[in-house]
Amino acid sequence: MQTYKQPITALFTLALLCSLLANCGGDNGPSEDQLAEAVQTYTTGVHASYEASLTSATTMDAAVDAFIGAPSETTLQAAKDGWLEARNDYGPTEAFRFYGGPIDNEATGPEGLINAWPLDEAYIDYVEGNGSSGIVNNPETYPTIDASLLTALNEQGGETNISTGWHAIEFLLWGQDLSVEGPGARPAADYVDAPNADRRAAYLAETSDLLLVHLEELVDAWAPSSDNYRAEFEALETTEALRRIITGIGELSRGELAGERMNVAYAERSQEDEHSCFSDNTHNDIVNNAVGIERVLKGQYPGFSGTGIADVVAIADADLAVRLITEVEASIDAVEAIPAPFDQHLMDGVSDDSPGRMAILAGIELLEGQTDTIVAAATALGVTINVT
Amino acid sequence: MRSFLAVALFSALLLSCSDPQRLDPNSGGETTREDASLNSFGLPAPGLTNEQRRFFERGDSFFTQNWVTAPASTDARDGLGPLLNGASCSSCHVLDGRGAPPDPTGEQANLGLLMRVSLPGEDPVTGAPLPDLVYGGQIQDRSIQGIAAEAQIDIEWSPIEGTYADGAPWELRSPTYALSDLVYGPADPDLMISPRLAPQVFGMGLLQAIPDEALLELADPSDGDGDGISGRVNMVWDARLGQHVIGRFGWKANVATVEQQVAGAFLGDIGITSSLHPAESCTALQNECTEAPNGGSPELTDERLATVTFYNSTLAVPAMRDVDDDQVNQGARLFAEMGCASCHTQTMQTGVSDIDVLANQTIHAYTDLLLHDMGPGLADGRPDFNATGDEWRTPPLWGLGLIDEVNGQRFLLHDGRARTIDEAILWHGGEGQAANDMFQGLSADERAAVLAFLEAL
Repeated sequence: MQTYKQPITALFTLALLCSLLANCGGDNGPSEDQLAEAVQTYTTGVHASYEASLTSATTMDAAVDAFIGAPSETTLQAAKDGWLEARNDYGPTEAFRFYGGPIDNEATGPEGLINAWPLDEAYIDYVEGNGSSGIVNNPETYPTIDASLLTALNEQGGETNISTGWHAIEFLLWGQDLSVEGPGARPAADYVDAPNADRRAAYLAETSDLLLVHLEELVDAWAPSSDNYRAEFEALETTEALRRIITGIGELSRGELAGERMNVAYAERSQEDEHSCFSDNTHNDIVNNAVGIERVLKGQYPGFSGTGIADVVAIADADLAVRLITEVEASIDAVEAIPAPFDQHLMDGVSDDSPGRMAILAGIELLEGQTDTIVAAATALGVTINVT
Repeated sequence: MRSFLAVALFSALLLSCSDPQRLDPNSGGETTREDASLNSFGLPAPGLTNEQRRFFERGDSFFTQNWVTAPASTDARDGLGPLLNGASCSSCHVLDGRGAPPDPTGEQANLGLLMRVSLPGEDPVTGAPLPDLVYGGQIQDRSIQGIAAEAQIDIEWSPIEGTYADGAPWELRSPTYALSDLVYGPADPDLMISPRLAPQVFGMGLLQAIPDEALLELADPSDGDGDGISGRVNMVWDARLGQHVIGRFGWKANVATVEQQVAGAFLGDIGITSSLHPAESCTALQNECTEAPNGGSPELTDERLATVTFYNSTLAVPAMRDVDDDQVNQGARLFAEMGCASCHTQTMQTGVSDIDVLANQTIHAYTDLLLHDMGPGLADGRPDFNATGDEWRTPPLWGLGLIDEVNGQRFLLHDGRARTIDEAILWHGGEGQAANDMFQGLSADERAAVLAFLEAL
């Protein structure tokens, strides 16, 4: 547990500033210790979140291995169930992006390798319209499918072909979603007697393993240690740490979730322009992202809770904190109410007055609105953030 | 020494007459954002309506996300290549920022350096450079599976050494370019090549909104005022209007509008067709490229092109920092005195714009958008519309100091050969030679002040 010695001069300056500024919350603003506690809760929570994600991804990986070892519709379904479960733990961690931390540091962050979208399906395997495409079906060009091949194709730095991560696994389990109503329906036979079945199995096994490797990197970066990103993060000025924390949830709330993932899909009316298009799990992806924002604000993480960002906001401005929590809970309710599957609402000809499209738009509006409140909450803590 | 005295004298004069002038941090007028974080190039201009914000987000999505091989489930985003330099705009403009050339050590991968190519002559109607019969107008060094990439860019670096007037040494690295692995046959002996680095993209809508008259007024094609600086407008083909207009974008001011810059890059860099460029960038001699599946005709609908154009037009300009710092202010004065501001024009006014927030803004882009002879050291020897092989467009300097923060590195000039701001200044020849000489004549403190000013932009 890191302790902070409060310099007298800083306290004095703060008090002086507060006396000068009408909106400072008088002498009720959060102390440096309280802010540091919120930062500590965050770092502990991020670690707990990635650990939860690694745990369920490991369970998924075992199910994938079991499927590959004895391919059948039953073992395939078990692997799919493992993927769906594991997605629920990964989704909330997207609140830890957008400030160049371990997940999306430009040079070393594995975000693109973990969660790249859209997936270049034909780069990996056959697709409707091209039965022999992809690494799986081209043994002449790619004689061996192993970890080093996937790593080489997905080199960091010089952007190359991103063909790993959640959606690669999803594609290899479900296959393309060619049906109007349901998800993709790849047969287990693709892993038994279809052309290149063994190579497909190798690709699936390797990319599932690689996901675990990348999640482990994130767990390590946030583990209690004196020499990792978490140690650096906790040593930051609290205002900088808070800037990063709140930028992450603000950017996820509007630019990423309301914007990229919901409004773009809503406006483009292209049925598969959704994140989990093979499994039709996009409705859950959206809810899980929204939950990630709530966790940071409330300080409630898997198996751990502490001082949330909203708690320190409450010290500065109680009304604002109440509004923040009310809005975040309302936006979660709204996105939970979007009828599944999400892609049904993206087709041409579906009326904007349909329940599904109205529910999506309501969610977008609430998420946009709460983002303004998140920015205001940062301001109340003396932090300026800009979000897309 | 003489130049030092001259500078000192100028400084004294300037101090006495323009001291009260404070640097304006709002480089993009009302579209400025006060942000110095790694997201500082990717934020929407303040003042957009909610509807515009959503349109911006759609453009962001098509700018940022990868395009994928056709056919794909995500049919709004398929049709990548077959020949390409990157799978998305953001492959090269990472976080809406700037690219980097490959490094011989392999530490720095190629992130956004491409090679334009052409044959001598020009298109009789448009005046555009003549594409090569085999390789077209640009070398694509990547491709989708099953199609061969055209060629690779080889760079040989050699050092150029010199010293400042005070004896401090400097060293530049000078590139020599060649193409290798030319899989579609040897290069035409007359082939001209021009390396171009992906620049940061914000502020383009403001530059678009500067009235033609303002640029024509700045132009001085025959150096009528005898200051050794003769800015020229490039006249380029506007494919929408079907006529020649003033070029504003690209390293040689070779593109007319934001929309045409975006559509041109979609085709040339990513292999994505649009109504402005309906045919894939495959030449008649590249059959497999022509026959590969596409992602629709066109692959980028007009509405999606409009979203990306809007996105590029309305990215906020990051605010200048440290405007009250003494050293920064000293640097700003030296910048003006050395004549840098003769081309890097500090302040311009925008006029009308389809996008309300961009209209009638006072902006500090530090560019005149004009062509200048930059000397043999920087020359590519490849004409582009009216631009000669010695000319380059003055690049904007706004946001210069934030490139490191956004992109983790900073490589300057048209091909990223300059590793620091000092190096970029030292490369200035031709019309920029006098300013370069003045810079080299400054004391170490003065040079530091100039750099502090540029870092604050």
